[in-house]
Amino acid sequence: MKSIVYLVIGIFFGIVMLKSEAASWFRIYEMFQFKAFHMYGIIGSALILGIVFIQLIKRYKIKTISGDRIIFSDKNKSIYRYLFGGIIFGLGWALAGSCPGPMFTLLGAGFFPIIIVIVGALLGTWFYGLLKNKLPH
Amino acid sequence: MDLINQPMPWYIAGPLIALTMLLLLLVGKNFGMSSNLRTMCTALGAGKTCDFFCFDWKGQRWNLLVMLGAVIGGFIAVNYLSGGNAPEINQEVINELKSLGFKSAGNNYLPLELFGTTVFSSVKGIFILLIGGVLVGFGARYAGGCTSGHAISGLSNLQLPSLIAVIGFFIGGLVMVHLIFPLIF
Repeated sequence: MKSIVYLVIGIFFGIVMLKSEAASWFRIYEMFQFKAFHMYGIIGSALILGIVFIQLIKRYKIKTISGDRIIFSDKNKSIYRYLFGGIIFGLGWALAGSCPGPMFTLLGAGFFPIIIVIVGALLGTWFYGLLKNKLPH
Repeated sequence: MDLINQPMPWYIAGPLIALTMLLLLLVGKNFGMSSNLRTMCTALGAGKTCDFFCFDWKGQRWNLLVMLGAVIGGFIAVNYLSGGNAPEINQEVINELKSLGFKSAGNNYLPLELFGTTVFSSVKGIFILLIGGVLVGFGARYAGGCTSGHAISGLSNLQLPSLIAVIGFFIGGLVMVHLIFPLIF
């Protein structure tokens, strides 16, 4: 039963990614050229509402549907990993024009060359695992 | 019904993304898509090569289901909800892209020069997509999250590390589009 819930949330997310054009390479390019409000509007409005949701959960101690507390863990403080990792991610985001959610949505949408991007992303993740202990974090 | 066939405006899409995060929180999970890449590496046997992939990946089954849903969502959007048409991007952007050699700018959802099936026979095209993917995968794990994990989940929880990561995303994206694109296209 729970499996269906996760699947449905994913389907919902995939439809939003594709229909909002957040999965379009062109929209990502346009965003980095600051030539349209579209992507900023999507991320900005998601963020504002996201902040409200999380504040409400914290203030009213809203529980999960199975009655557990919702726990928010703070991310480890550091600069290196977030800045360097972020820059590397950004380079790829602009080049491939898709991030880890939309790349799977594009596969379902039938843009099969995205498989090359997915294989690359798996390789990149693997390379990180191999090099992890040698990188500043 | 007509509304459903139109592109989704930002002021609908943004709140629906926030809703995705909320739904996952309400079932006790965190919104973050790039974790799936690590899970898949482990499932493919990367645990034999380093500790980073030694974990019980079956505990992440829920996120793989979200990912599978995202694939199905893409299929539904294109086949039943008139998705996949050319976005109405800024005319100046179209002109710029055409001067870089992207003739499909303004006419397709994705550039045919990179995502048309002919790319499978182009060494340069394959190389660009592969390197793009490697950077996304490597960077997401190094930074501990991607657009969903940092820009949405992390910033929504007012995490400073996520702000640093998102600033990094933009530095990288701007460098790629403004400095590296003119060299490779």
